[in-house]
Amino acid sequence: MTDAVVPRLPPRAALARRRVEAVVIGASAGGVEALLTLLGGLPASWRLPVVVVVHLPEHRESLLARVFAQRLDVRVLEAADKAPVEPATVYFAPSSYHLSIERERFFSLSCEPPVLWSRPSIDVLMESAADAYGGALAGFLLTGANQDGAEGLLRIHQAGGFTAVQDPADAEVDTMPRAALGRHAPDAVLPLRGLRDLLVQLDPFHAD
Amino acid sequence: MTRPATPPSAGEIELRLLMEAIYLRYSYDFRDYTGASQKRRVAHALTQFGLASISELQDRVLRDPAVFAQLLQFLTIPVSEMFRDPAYFLALRRQVLPVLETYPSIKIWIAGCSTGEEAYSMAIMLREEGLLQRAQIYATDINPVSLEKARQGIFPLEAVRGYTTNYQQSGGRRAFSDYYTAAYDAARFDPSLCADVIFADHSLATDSVFAETQLVSCRNVLIYFNRTLQDRALGLFHESLCHRGFLGLGSKESIDFSGYAARFDPLARAERIYRKAS
Repeated sequence: MTDAVVPRLPPRAALARRRVEAVVIGASAGGVEALLTLLGGLPASWRLPVVVVVHLPEHRESLLARVFAQRLDVRVLEAADKAPVEPATVYFAPSSYHLSIERERFFSLSCEPPVLWSRPSIDVLMESAADAYGGALAGFLLTGANQDGAEGLLRIHQAGGFTAVQDPADAEVDTMPRAALGRHAPDAVLPLRGLRDLLVQLDPFHAD
Repeated sequence: MTRPATPPSAGEIELRLLMEAIYLRYSYDFRDYTGASQKRRVAHALTQFGLASISELQDRVLRDPAVFAQLLQFLTIPVSEMFRDPAYFLALRRQVLPVLETYPSIKIWIAGCSTGEEAYSMAIMLREEGLLQRAQIYATDINPVSLEKARQGIFPLEAVRGYTTNYQQSGGRRAFSDYYTAAYDAARFDPSLCADVIFADHSLATDSVFAETQLVSCRNVLIYFNRTLQDRALGLFHESLCHRGFLGLGSKESIDFSGYAARFDPLARAERIYRKAS
């Protein structure tokens, strides 16, 4: 395997120095299974907001918030327009709208045309979150059959935030992680279980 | 709302100045629109105009009304469809129109009508319920290009075919194709549908109430407003609506985070239909 990506994990000391205030996650094909693994590791005492975009078919209500609420130990909500981004909560984007985080740290929805055939778009969420949180943001990009998220993750990196990509060899569909790796070298490239441990470390309350 | 944690970037300052300039020069008030979407739309306009910075765009907008007219097409979002969210129209048909029927004349305000898809949807539904004859629909928007398209009632045929399912799910009683004639790749809707629709320029940011209405339908407009402007718009709707009048919003919009949460009662919560509290 000449094009194998060597899994990389940042040293704990580097993680501990970061003040992460929010986490954004993008996933597409294979994303629900991947997210069950990734978010399944969050302890009940988890304190950060986590905002997730999964590509969904248009004009169908998203059931993600309901499905994950039954499976996770933290509070799960669908992100609502103008609602404040609250700690200790996992948010899912509704279908058929783009989800942004405003600088004042509340959610906004938009019916702008799809980006890369996707609405919600991972790029839209990540770019707006990078503006809102600057270096205090962590972005995760998982499995998917589309290039959405590569630009957004780059923007998080450029704003000084932390970026992590699922190891393409571990991803159900590797197009999305590979597209991200083509744009910048993220802070971490790991299989899901490694990302799960890393995610928990990002909450300053749980970092040891 | 809390103050942003970081100071605004050069681009964000430029964006704010551009909106201030547009307001001073052309009286279009985009200053209380939410920032993230506005930033994306101006970035898109910069690419299309081939300009390097928002300041350059501001320079041209200030001096050339034609450039502003073009920019306006980027700042507003002309995305609409007929019978969007069929459950909303079904709830209107079943729960709201039977009440409107008790009024001698029916007045409906479609605020932010864009290119008219919702006005035609409403007119079709009113005709099927036997109410169009005595209904007056005010369909308003800030974009003159969209309003002109709305008046023409000509939509891409491919899109209209896609609206057929929406129409059927919304309780439609006929074949959707009864309402339009297809020519080439366009569908022209029966002009008699909108004979009593007034398409007019009206801004929820700067204008006041113009009529008493029994139903205000304003869908996927408030999501582009910050809370200050949302409250202004909801204030206009509240003022326009008669006693126990109806308000319909977009499927992901809500008055829960506004100052008007207590002044409307939910009628059909999932469909976002409210009733003015007595």
